[in-house]
Amino acid sequence: MNTVRTFLASLLFISFALVAHAQTAPLQFSDPVKQARYQGLLKELRCLVCQNQSLADSPAGLASDLRAKVYEQVAQGRSDEEAISYLVARYGDFIRYRPPLKPATYALWLGPVILLIIGLTTLGVLVRRRSRAFATELTDEERIQAHDLLHSTREE
Amino acid sequence: MARLLIPFGLFVAIAALLFVGLGLDPDEVPSPLIDKPAPAFVLPTVNDPTRTINNTDLASEVSLFNVWASWCVSCRDEHPLLMQVANAKRVPIYGLNYKDKREDATRWLRQLGDPYVASAHDLEGAVGIDWGVYGVPETFVVDADGIIRYKHIGPVTAKDLETKILPLVKWLQDEHS
Repeated sequence: MNTVRTFLASLLFISFALVAHAQTAPLQFSDPVKQARYQGLLKELRCLVCQNQSLADSPAGLASDLRAKVYEQVAQGRSDEEAISYLVARYGDFIRYRPPLKPATYALWLGPVILLIIGLTTLGVLVRRRSRAFATELTDEERIQAHDLLHSTREE
Repeated sequence: MARLLIPFGLFVAIAALLFVGLGLDPDEVPSPLIDKPAPAFVLPTVNDPTRTINNTDLASEVSLFNVWASWCVSCRDEHPLLMQVANAKRVPIYGLNYKDKREDATRWLRQLGDPYVASAHDLEGAVGIDWGVYGVPETFVVDADGIIRYKHIGPVTAKDLETKILPLVKWLQDEHS
């Protein structure tokens, strides 16, 4: 009786474990090329629920639904661009970690370059101004003055 | 003087930009669906699985399309407001019951009241993905031509209703009368 009960209990336990496994089993392609593309796409796409995680990393329910959608796209033979634009059409450019260059993202892409140019220009102007200040020639009068000063120190 | 003004001006410009950025909510991702036709769908209704509802049902007049679920805590916050709008008959509200069990959804409607003309039962969340849903509740304003005109993310507050959603609804209703 006891062994039967133990057996049934363990059977129940194993079936729970199997159910849990079935729910979390990641989608996988047997074709390594497709699998690599699928994994690559997931890393390029942002989870909208937890925005600092990619679809590959996020445990959110929506992320798993979107992974299934990306899987479906790859399985149907769509290109990477088609799979990405499928999601962009629904969620916008924000879903991409690398948003495209367009008027709304000019500041994002060009801002750092512009700031760098401003910084380098400022630096250049300052350096040139300072070196010019040091490079100015002495007048004859100043040279005599300097000479006198140098000599007076030596004699003392 | 000009020497000081330029860096100061730059500082003020960058500070202003960053200050505006602080005020933006990163959870509010702009939808690419605005001013586009509502995505097509056909789903059974929550209350009667033998009846279906589709995107053209929303489009006969200006309507709200509210994404909700019984497991969604903030849906409970906005629910009384939806009831008010429905009771005042200001605009028909259609629901998208997102990834919810039918029993849970019908119990919710029985207990809290049903503000919806009908709710589509999106058990798998597939229609939700087509509508770009990522944070329940979400509320769309759909005009009489079936074009999405506005999307509100998160629970609707009385202020959102009075200052944004209902004025837009009114404007759209007048435009097409």
